[in-house]
Amino acid sequence: MTEKVMMKGNEAIGEAAILAGCLTYFGYPITPQSELPAYLARRLLKMEDGIFLQAESEIAAINMVYGAAGTGKRVMTSSSSPGISLKTEGISYIASSQLPCVIVNIVRGGPGLGNIAPAQSDYFQATKGGGHGDYRLIVLAPASVQEMADFTQLGFDLADEYRNPVMVMGDGALGQMMEPVVLKKPEPKKYNHDWATTGAKGRGQNLICSIYLDPEEMEKYVHEIYAKYSVIEEKEVRYEKYLCDDADYLIVSYGITSRIVRTSIDLAREKGIKVGLLRPITVWPFPTKVISELADQVKKVMAIELSMGQMVEDVRLAVNGKKPVEFFGRTAGVLPSCNEVLSVIEKLV
Amino acid sequence: MEKVVFDKPKCMTERPLHYCPGCSHGIVHRIVGELIDEMDLRDKTVGVAPVGCGVFAYWYFDFDFTQAPHGRAPAVATGIKRPNPDLFVFTYQGDGDLAAIGTAEIVHAANRSENITVIFINNAIYGMTGGQMAPTTLVGQKTTTSPYGRDPETMGKPIRVCEMLSTLEGTTYAERVHVGDPKGVIATKKALKKAFEVQVNKKGFSIVEILSTCPTNWGMTAVDSLGWMKENMIPYFPIGVYKDNTKEGEDAKNG
Repeated sequence: MTEKVMMKGNEAIGEAAILAGCLTYFGYPITPQSELPAYLARRLLKMEDGIFLQAESEIAAINMVYGAAGTGKRVMTSSSSPGISLKTEGISYIASSQLPCVIVNIVRGGPGLGNIAPAQSDYFQATKGGGHGDYRLIVLAPASVQEMADFTQLGFDLADEYRNPVMVMGDGALGQMMEPVVLKKPEPKKYNHDWATTGAKGRGQNLICSIYLDPEEMEKYVHEIYAKYSVIEEKEVRYEKYLCDDADYLIVSYGITSRIVRTSIDLAREKGIKVGLLRPITVWPFPTKVISELADQVKKVMAIELSMGQMVEDVRLAVNGKKPVEFFGRTAGVLPSCNEVLSVIEKLV
Repeated sequence: MEKVVFDKPKCMTERPLHYCPGCSHGIVHRIVGELIDEMDLRDKTVGVAPVGCGVFAYWYFDFDFTQAPHGRAPAVATGIKRPNPDLFVFTYQGDGDLAAIGTAEIVHAANRSENITVIFINNAIYGMTGGQMAPTTLVGQKTTTSPYGRDPETMGKPIRVCEMLSTLEGTTYAERVHVGDPKGVIATKKALKKAFEVQVNKKGFSIVEILSTCPTNWGMTAVDSLGWMKENMIPYFPIGVYKDNTKEGEDAKNG
């Protein structure tokens, strides 16, 4: 398929997953991601090898993902903020057991039950662990329906390549809105699955587990996983620059917010303010190096996100005191207008 | 001429069991090993180990295993089995794992009639964490968290898992047995064989609840624990087949 179709972001994720060879899905209903399981139910239940199962809870769903991922099958689950909180124990097990899977979080306003409007206040949960222990997710942050589809497919490849769970972190707006999207069928790549629990025919036991009672042994294992994370940090950082070459001021913003910021930058440029945008595509691994380089060039850096200030901490670490880092955010489901962001940029100057 | 009359099942490893003397896990492990050998299932088996004393069950078997988070074994087994219907998948769970933290997962796996087998060790106490009250702890039984005995007024009464699950349409086979004497051990093997056959024949969800001992946390000798189990647990948890939907038209036989 190379033609453009109009789709909701949530549905685009579903079709993209199927095209990437993911025929197994486990989930639990929660707004604003419900179109995704509904789409996959319609599609997968009609496919011979398709597995769609609505689990009894988010906890059960992520553990079904854990079981299926252990057999080497491409598998996905999706949820929204409170549901991801419930999944985090399972995510920690999956990361520790080094299993590939894709987890979609269509972030909504919080904390608590919050609301179903778009937010980015799960950044800490996604990038700093969320669950217990030392682990990382690869976290991809789409900013359009096209990227919802593309990053889902990229997510499966990164998950298989590194045997690590990948999160596609959208928000209530990206999940719900319709945009033209081109859905591609990626070339299937070959991945080694000789670790999977597929029945031990002709070999010894394969074991999926994350328990190491001897602290020294567990520490050694965590170091092995972190060696993998170092490679990911080296090779998989993704970002987009917009009007950064001559910028005196740098905005760092991702996902849906970056689209608002982009328009505000255009408006600011019309007023002669030289401001640029660095949009992290991977929020983990974070584009630390390029932000550090740009910090040498600009007078000030500002993080703009839909939270009380979460990504800004990574921006500050990247800038490392070289230049002032300021913050603007709306949270709990509120999106700022382009003019609101413009006035924030004007105050920065 | 020497003749071998008793040996370790082929699918079991050489590793010495870590279980306490008098614990029932060793007996049940051996029965599982014998059946996997006899039914020629080793090459397509994935076991799911729980959190609890059985967490290291995979040390003793030479086939694939996944270790599940506490209580989630039926969900993990569902995830393994659904996209791989030709695998043979069993969970091995204790009473805290299955009947407390994992209540939702066991009920819904049974209700969906997942084609898996659940081996449920009921010894009326938490073992690995050091003898706390389990959902199956008997009324009046002393544990570290019911030091004056289980008070049904504030702690509820013990949950009868086979009875509860047998009310669900999805449960194909549910039987309670015990390993308190040789007759019980033989009956346990027969029950597990039946449950394994239910899965092999793609008939759906099967569970065998095995009344077991925990002499360490019960604070008694191995021999005394066998007697205590039979005298105190069997009256509250009657032995028998609670559900058998393998033969159409035949009513479930109650124990």
